[in-house]
Amino acid sequence: MTLARADRVSRRYGDVLALDQVDLDVRAGELVGLLGPNGAGKSTLINLLVGLRRPTSGRVELFGGDPRDPASRRQIGVTPQETGLPGTLRVGEVVDFVSAHYPDPVPRGELLDQFGLGELARRQTGGLSGGQKRRLAVALAFIGRPRLVVLDEPTTGLDVEARHTLWEAIRTFHADGGTVLLSSHYLEEVEALAQRVVVIGQGRVLADDTVDAVRSVVGVRRVSLTADVLPPLPGVVRTERLDGRTHLLTADADQLVRDLVTSGVEFRDLEVRPTSLEEAFLAITTADAEPAPA
Amino acid sequence: MQLALTHARYQLLETIRIPIAIFGSAFFPAAAMLFFVVPFAGKDPVGATFATASMVTFSVMSANIFSYGVGVAEDRQQPWDPFTRTLPAGPAPRFAGRVLAGLTITYLSLIPVVVIAATLTEARITPMAFLLALVTVTVISVPFTLMGLTIGYALPSKAAIVVAQLVFFPLAFGGGLLSAPGEAPGFVEAIAPYLPTRGAVELMWAAVGDYQASQLSLIMLGVWLVVLAALGGWAYRRDEGRRFS
Repeated sequence: MTLARADRVSRRYGDVLALDQVDLDVRAGELVGLLGPNGAGKSTLINLLVGLRRPTSGRVELFGGDPRDPASRRQIGVTPQETGLPGTLRVGEVVDFVSAHYPDPVPRGELLDQFGLGELARRQTGGLSGGQKRRLAVALAFIGRPRLVVLDEPTTGLDVEARHTLWEAIRTFHADGGTVLLSSHYLEEVEALAQRVVVIGQGRVLADDTVDAVRSVVGVRRVSLTADVLPPLPGVVRTERLDGRTHLLTADADQLVRDLVTSGVEFRDLEVRPTSLEEAFLAITTADAEPAPA
Repeated sequence: MQLALTHARYQLLETIRIPIAIFGSAFFPAAAMLFFVVPFAGKDPVGATFATASMVTFSVMSANIFSYGVGVAEDRQQPWDPFTRTLPAGPAPRFAGRVLAGLTITYLSLIPVVVIAATLTEARITPMAFLLALVTVTVISVPFTLMGLTIGYALPSKAAIVVAQLVFFPLAFGGGLLSAPGEAPGFVEAIAPYLPTRGAVELMWAAVGDYQASQLSLIMLGVWLVVLAALGGWAYRRDEGRRFS
C-alpha cells in the first residue's frame, strides 16, 4: 500500500525550478532516506507531501487523498527542518498542545521518556539546548501514533550521542511497523537508517535504489595525479584538469589505480581522497560516460 | 471548536508568560485616566463616565492593533506556525483561537481603566448599561481586530510594530477619544466622523449614558468595516500564497 506519492511533480518558485517532474512512492513499512545536498529540493518535496505547499504541476497524494485536506494528515507526524518551538511554553505544554489534535495520542510521560526528555517537562522550550529542542521537535512527530513520519533533516545540529538516541527511536518505530521518510545530507545517516535511498539533486530524482547500490554511486572518490597524457580509463565518471594536475572522479578508486599502473603511463604525486556529497552529485549529474543506475 | 479553544488557551499562555505584553496595552489608557480624567473630569459623574468610555475605546483599539498587528507578524516569522499547519486541522482553529485570545486580552486590558473609574472618579453606570458596554466592547473590537490583522499579515514584524505605533495615536486623537463628546478642537470635530474610532466611541458613549450616536459616524464605521475586512482578507490570502501555495 502506498502511503505517500508524488506523481510527476514540479514546483517552481518564481524563476527557480525547485522540483522537476519528480516521482516518488513511499509504501507501508518502508524506511526511505531522501539524500541530497543543500538546495537539492528535499525540503520542497517534503513540504508538498505534508500539504504545506501546492505543486506547480503534477499530483501529490497522502493516504490516497490531498495532503492539504486535514483528514489526509491524521496518520502522519512531521518534523520540519527548522525547530521553532514557542519559547515561553513549557515542554509538557507543547506536547499537550500537539496531542489535542489527535484522537489517541501517546501519553506525555511515555513520549518524553522515549526521547530522553522526561526530566524537562516543566522547562520552557526557550531554555532548552539546541539538541534538546531538536529532540522535542522530532518527538512531536510521534505523538499521534502516526503510520507515517516525515522527518526533514532530523539530526542536523545534534551531537553524536543525541543523534544515536534519535536513530534508536526511529528504528524502534520502524520495527513496530511504522513507515518513515527522512531527508538528510549525510550519507552516513541514511546508511545507518534507511533501506531505500532516493537521491535528489537539482530538483530531480537521480537514483532510487537500495543503500548499497546508491553508496556505490555517491561513494565517489577523487584520484589526483600529475601526468602528461592519460589513456582512456574505465570507471571514470569525470575528469578535471587544474594547474597541471589531473583529477579523476570514480566510484572504484582501487580499480582505477590498478588500471593506471598496468597501463604503464608515467605519473607522479598520486593522491586518493573521498569527495563531498556535493562533488559526488555533481559527478552523477554531469556524467556522460556512466549513467546513474535507476 | 474544541481545537479553537485549545489554540486560544496556548496563545494566551504564551502572552501571559510575558506579562509586559498585556501591561503595555493597558498602560496608556490607565495613565490617561490618572493624569487627565481623574483631575479634570473626576468630580462630574456624567463627564467622568463619558471619559471612561473614551478610554475603554482607546484601550480596545490599542490592545487589538498591537496584539494582532505585532502578534501575527511575529508568528508568521516563526517556523512553529508552518508546523501547526501539518497537524490534522486546517488554519481555521488557529485563526479562531487567535481571535478568542485577542478578545480575552482586550477585556483584561480594560480592567485598570474600569477600576480607576470606579474608585477614583464619580463615574456611575447602571448594571444594565454595564452589561451593554461589555457587549459593545466586542462589537467595537471588530474593526480594530481587522486593522491589526491587516497590519500583521501585510508587514514583517519590525515594520508592523512601527505602523501600529504610528496608527494608534492619530486615530485616538483624531477620533476625539481624548475630549468629551462635542468638545474636541474644531478640526478634530470635523475629521472625527470619518475615522473608525469615532463610530466606536460613539457606540460606547451611547451604551454608558445619554448619548445619540451620529448617523455619519456609524455609516463611516460601516465603511471602515467593509474596507478593513477586504484589506485583511487580501493580506491573509497574499500571505497564504507566499508561504503555503
